Amino acid sequence: MTAVVEASGLSRAFKVPERDAGVRSAVKGLFRRSTRTSHAVRDLDLRVEPGEVVGFLGANGAGKTTTLKLLSGLLHPSSGSVRVLGHEPARREPAYLRRMALVMGNRHQLQWDLPAVDSFELNRAIYRIPWPEFRRARDELVELLDLGDLVRKPVRNLSLGERMKMELAGSLLHRPEVLFLDEPTLGLDVTMQRRVRSFLADYNRAHSATVLLTSHYMADIEALCRRVVVIHHGKVLFDGALSRLGEQFAAYREIEVTPDDPGADLGAYGECRPAGEGRARIRVPAADVPATMARLLADVGITDLTVTAPPIEDVIARIFTSGAAVPS
Amino acid sequence: MTAVDAAVRRARALGAFYAAAGRQSITQRFTYRASNYLFMVGMLTEPVIYLIVWSAIARARGGSVDGYTPGSLAAYYLVWTLVRSMNVVYAPAGFEHRITTGRMSGRLLLPVHPIHYDLAGFGGAKLVWILQWLPVGAVLTLLFHPVLRPTVAGVAVFVVAIWGAFVLRSLFLWLLGLVTFWTTRASALFELYLVLELLLSGRLVPVTLLPGWMRDAADWFPFKWTFGFPIDALVVPQSTRELLGGLGAQALWIGCGSLLVAVVWRRALRRYTGVGG
Repeated sequence: MTAVVEASGLSRAFKVPERDAGVRSAVKGLFRRSTRTSHAVRDLDLRVEPGEVVGFLGANGAGKTTTLKLLSGLLHPSSGSVRVLGHEPARREPAYLRRMALVMGNRHQLQWDLPAVDSFELNRAIYRIPWPEFRRARDELVELLDLGDLVRKPVRNLSLGERMKMELAGSLLHRPEVLFLDEPTLGLDVTMQRRVRSFLADYNRAHSATVLLTSHYMADIEALCRRVVVIHHGKVLFDGALSRLGEQFAAYREIEVTPDDPGADLGAYGECRPAGEGRARIRVPAADVPATMARLLADVGITDLTVTAPPIEDVIARIFTSGAAVPS
Repeated sequence: MTAVDAAVRRARALGAFYAAAGRQSITQRFTYRASNYLFMVGMLTEPVIYLIVWSAIARARGGSVDGYTPGSLAAYYLVWTLVRSMNVVYAPAGFEHRITTGRMSGRLLLPVHPIHYDLAGFGGAKLVWILQWLPVGAVLTLLFHPVLRPTVAGVAVFVVAIWGAFVLRSLFLWLLGLVTFWTTRASALFELYLVLELLLSGRLVPVTLLPGWMRDAADWFPFKWTFGFPIDALVVPQSTRELLGGLGAQALWIGCGSLLVAVVWRRALRRYTGVGG
């Protein structure tokens, strides 16, 4: 099968001016400007198959958005190669731009003073969408995103959530085959987040669209992506199934026990903390779980015992803080 | 599909885009009628000052200055107001705003060159401005009694030349705006452009009233084809040959501007860092 996205050794560096605070430094900068090179993306290899939904995870400044900008053609790579739908994105060929969409957090595609329907009609002309197809797509998006009469209100009078849904609808009128989403639920309330998530899942199913998204909300990733790519300081740390992420990165497990004697000292078995109602939670290295369980059962009277992996948020936070490179 | 068919299809699609974007711009302009009028009235201050000063000079010199009477000067600056409205285009400062707010990224993702967006948007707005100019022009006529005897050829060339001036000024200011891709503060260059334009275009004073060396200098810049030429087409009696020659020169400058925009745009894109979203 031909991959939708194929990137090899993709890198992007920026020259960033920098100086110390104060007038002296500003005057010095007039004569001699100091810059440093920031490597936003380094040697990224990526292959995404048609219809896949891939989540990009990473701390702020990790290189997620830069990657999406490289894939959409907004940025030229410093080195390496990338092809999306058989096109070289940086060439910005109209034939490519008509088949993809990049939706970013701060969206500005709609005319502020006019109702969104006017902007939708302009998009029809831009993407050369035949009228019947346009009406069908517009009505479907209005229904799926629950936009109703909001499309007739000037955009400036919409709430943030309504505006974001409207921007999303405007970006999808031409039914892009590849969708790059940068923080699609940023700033939305919980109900609206759910709605957008379920809409994206439906869109992916209905149109076999390939979706690459970044989000700081794990709920977005868990609901939509089976595959995740973890980026740290511009490099890929992990590329694989979301379910494998915990197994690979979580170096510890938590054993939750209910001892017969609520006062029993369990500190000898690992890092122990109370979990309420007479229970205790013991954190132990993943490799030591069987031995610790055996010791606990043998030494302490236990009425209940469960082993859990840490929440995925904790795993990711640990990756970002440690920056440890674990082979995928 | 042959290459000709493909070109025709592309041209039709671009035409449809211009029509849609123009319509949207007209709708937007009608939303802000009052601000359009305030903008236009604000723009009147400049020509009225020039007119009063030059009329005073003409009277002091016995009724005319280099062939311009108070009546023909009134005609010059009356037509000036319409040409100035046509010459309002996307300013380089807008590029800074677009880049820093992330709007430029949005434009770059569309399968239409962003310059078409600006030409279509401002082009649509012109239609509204022309309509709104009519009462303003009538009031100025009543106040300053212009003497205007245009020829049919002059009117025809004027109608084409004001749109040519709009395209030409759009291209050169777009070119200046592209400097923002190299340095985020291109406003200083814009100021320099405005000074040169003021002096050499016929905006401050009709080009024929300039000293000889400045008239010669004006021939090397595109400025006079955006102000002086369209105004003179209506105000100064000229042969059809001269008028058509002027349109030709305007077309030549439009060609140069298009070429420069195309070349610089390609280089600018390589430098784009996509800040602001």
